[in-house]
Amino acid sequence: MVPLSWYLIFSAALFSIGLFGVLSRRNAVAILLGIELMLNSVNVNLAAFWRYGDVMDIAGQVFAIIVFAVAAAEVSVGLALVISVYRRRNTVIADDLNMLKW
Amino acid sequence: MIHEETAKLLTWLIPLPPVLAFALILLFTNRNKWLSHTLAIGAALLSWLTSMLVTVFFAFRIEHFGDHPIEDSINWLPLGDSWFRVGVLIDPLSALVLFFVAWTVLAIFVYSVGYHNYGQPEGDHDHKGLPPHGATVEEHGHKHVVPSVEPMYARFFAFIGLFAFGMFTLVVSDNLLTLFVGWEIMGLCSYLLIGFWYAKPSARDAAVKAFMTTRVGDVFMLLGIAYLYSVTSTLSFRTIFTESVLHTLATVPSGFLGFSAAGLIGLLLFIGTVGKSAQFPLHVWLPDAMEGPTPVSAMIHAATMVSAGVYAVIRMFPLISLDEKTMTIVAFIGAFTAIFAATIAVAQNDIKRVLAYSTISQLGFMIAALGIHAYIAAVFHLITHAFFKALLFLGSGSVIHGMEHGVLHTGNHNVDPQDMFNMGGLKNKMPITFWTFLIGGFALSGFPLVTAGFWSKDEIFADAFGNGHWTVFITLAVAAFLTAFYTMRQITLTFLGEPRTKEAEHAQETPWTMTLPLVILSIFAIGYGWVGIPEHFPVLGGLVPNWLHEFVGGTLVEHPEVVEFSWTPLLTSFVVALGGLALGYFMYRDVNLPAEDKLQIGFLKNKYYFDEIYDTIFVKPAFWFAEKFVYQFLDKGVIDGILHLFGPATNEIGAGIRNYFDLPIINRFIGDGSADATYWFGGKLRAIQTGRIQQYLMLTLIIFIAIGIVLYFFKLA
Repeated sequence: MVPLSWYLIFSAALFSIGLFGVLSRRNAVAILLGIELMLNSVNVNLAAFWRYGDVMDIAGQVFAIIVFAVAAAEVSVGLALVISVYRRRNTVIADDLNMLKW
Repeated sequence: MIHEETAKLLTWLIPLPPVLAFALILLFTNRNKWLSHTLAIGAALLSWLTSMLVTVFFAFRIEHFGDHPIEDSINWLPLGDSWFRVGVLIDPLSALVLFFVAWTVLAIFVYSVGYHNYGQPEGDHDHKGLPPHGATVEEHGHKHVVPSVEPMYARFFAFIGLFAFGMFTLVVSDNLLTLFVGWEIMGLCSYLLIGFWYAKPSARDAAVKAFMTTRVGDVFMLLGIAYLYSVTSTLSFRTIFTESVLHTLATVPSGFLGFSAAGLIGLLLFIGTVGKSAQFPLHVWLPDAMEGPTPVSAMIHAATMVSAGVYAVIRMFPLISLDEKTMTIVAFIGAFTAIFAATIAVAQNDIKRVLAYSTISQLGFMIAALGIHAYIAAVFHLITHAFFKALLFLGSGSVIHGMEHGVLHTGNHNVDPQDMFNMGGLKNKMPITFWTFLIGGFALSGFPLVTAGFWSKDEIFADAFGNGHWTVFITLAVAAFLTAFYTMRQITLTFLGEPRTKEAEHAQETPWTMTLPLVILSIFAIGYGWVGIPEHFPVLGGLVPNWLHEFVGGTLVEHPEVVEFSWTPLLTSFVVALGGLALGYFMYRDVNLPAEDKLQIGFLKNKYYFDEIYDTIFVKPAFWFAEKFVYQFLDKGVIDGILHLFGPATNEIGAGIRNYFDLPIINRFIGDGSADATYWFGGKLRAIQTGRIQQYLMLTLIIFIAIGIVLYFFKLA
């Protein structure tokens, strides 16, 4: 059986890639993609800990499912906003959306 | 004869009805004349009834009543670990006083109904605070003026109700404190009733004068009470008059001119009496008090309140008599007042003023009698005087009322209905008033054998003579002569001869409510003398036992001795009474005008200028002091000056604080400064608020990693 640390290293790598995407991309859709990656790395963590911990306690699994649901909702709202912004401002570059700035 | 417990209870209840009537009239019935006077008279009747039960049906029937009087008291004021007790005490002295107070109060209440014209129409233009002016009525087609009802009728009955409460309280009290309470209530009522017609400036002034003058005496009396309490720690009569307490009082020095404590206390209490009983030098208020309605003059200023002053000294006699110096002062003041007031009375023309000075003079007789240890004689004269002087005042009120009738008839309001020179010949117009007034006058003069005044005055003479007080004896004899003289002058000018004015011709007898009290009081003015006929008196002595001497003497621990009979004082009282009456009649039977009166001497007429002297010595300086010192210097100068200083000073301090603290420090530095600082910081910090979420996250990440490194290296996690 693959040791737990492999999963954790994988999860950390995935999280870092997601974080890098969020921090470095200028396109709002790409930022959303980065967030999705970070959420999924968390799910990997949750599933791994469940499998290597008390299998009868399904809290880890339940939590992962809740994260899926939240991620789906967040992505749908986020994409809707991006599309709405694109229709009005004709851009999806996050830096250009500065109307609330002083 | 009633049971002793019942008597105790009744004694407590005696003062109650009049004060209830006072409250009820004031609060509820003051718009209804009938209810008001019914309440007041009903209350007086109840008090009279209880008084009669306690005195006639109890006290007078017990032998040696003085040894076991009615006494009852309750705890009243808590004083540390003990109580101040108040209660009632009926001993022979207060029983006798209660007897005449109940009778005169009742008589005067009834009289007031007639005096204030109950049942007459409302006046045409009567005002509250002024005597009624008369009402026009139409009868058989022609108009004529009749007396009108008093506008403040109910108010009068409320006040005399309160007054009666004060008097009864004073009489039944067993201690000096409640006695003083009653005393002051009467002082207040006296003020209210003298100023009853308050719209008359003279009545207002008289009320203030009476109140202020008696206040002088009352302050001293209160001092005496306080001193007595500090020496003996009790104010109850029966406790003070025990041998040990009296001994303490007599031996403790007061540190004032060599008086013993008893002497000084006695003197202070006596000054209270001097004020209340209008003795020289505080006599000036009583004649002016005649501004009040006549029933008030009769009740307050002749029968009860001024007698209460004498009652207080008689009550405190065992204490006062301890110091011979005080007694000398008492005797001197009494005798001097007796003759001094009598000389003034001779020259007065106002029918009520003659009686006022006569009252002062007669009270002087009692005080003088007390000063020479003639205790029983003083009590005797106090009682007889109350009856005949109330009778005379009510009689004079009746005369004035009759004269006012005449004034209303003729419509000539310039005629003074109180001036005796406007009267004359009223004998036929007002027969009941005349005969009762004659009885009262003769009693006052001491008309031999028949009248009560003779027996009481004779006893004073006998005591003065028998104990060798020659000065007092001669002074009082002259005063008694003058008394008879001015009384006859009054009777002659008022009732005898021919009417001197049209008004006197049309005078009318007064209604029964006024004449009935006169008749009742005249019975006492004659009959009351018979209870005190000395046993050794020729012929009459012993026919009626000398009940009074026996009864009153019981009040004192040591029964006073009966003075030996002597012809000198008896003949003296015969001569002065008859001589004075005869002289008065013969001198005045032909006098018709004030100018023909040889005794209209300015000096006497103006009462020895006492009002003017007091005005110069006390009133004017007081006004000067008030105007110049208090108002102009103290108030305008000092107080206002300080206040005027305060205003600008506060202003300056305020401005200073504002300019040097509030504006620069609070406003500029703290207020504006904090805002500026926040603004400056905001301006500087604004730069990092880029609005780019990625920069924020980057910063978060860097800080997070930095914290992680720190925690890792320092092994804190």
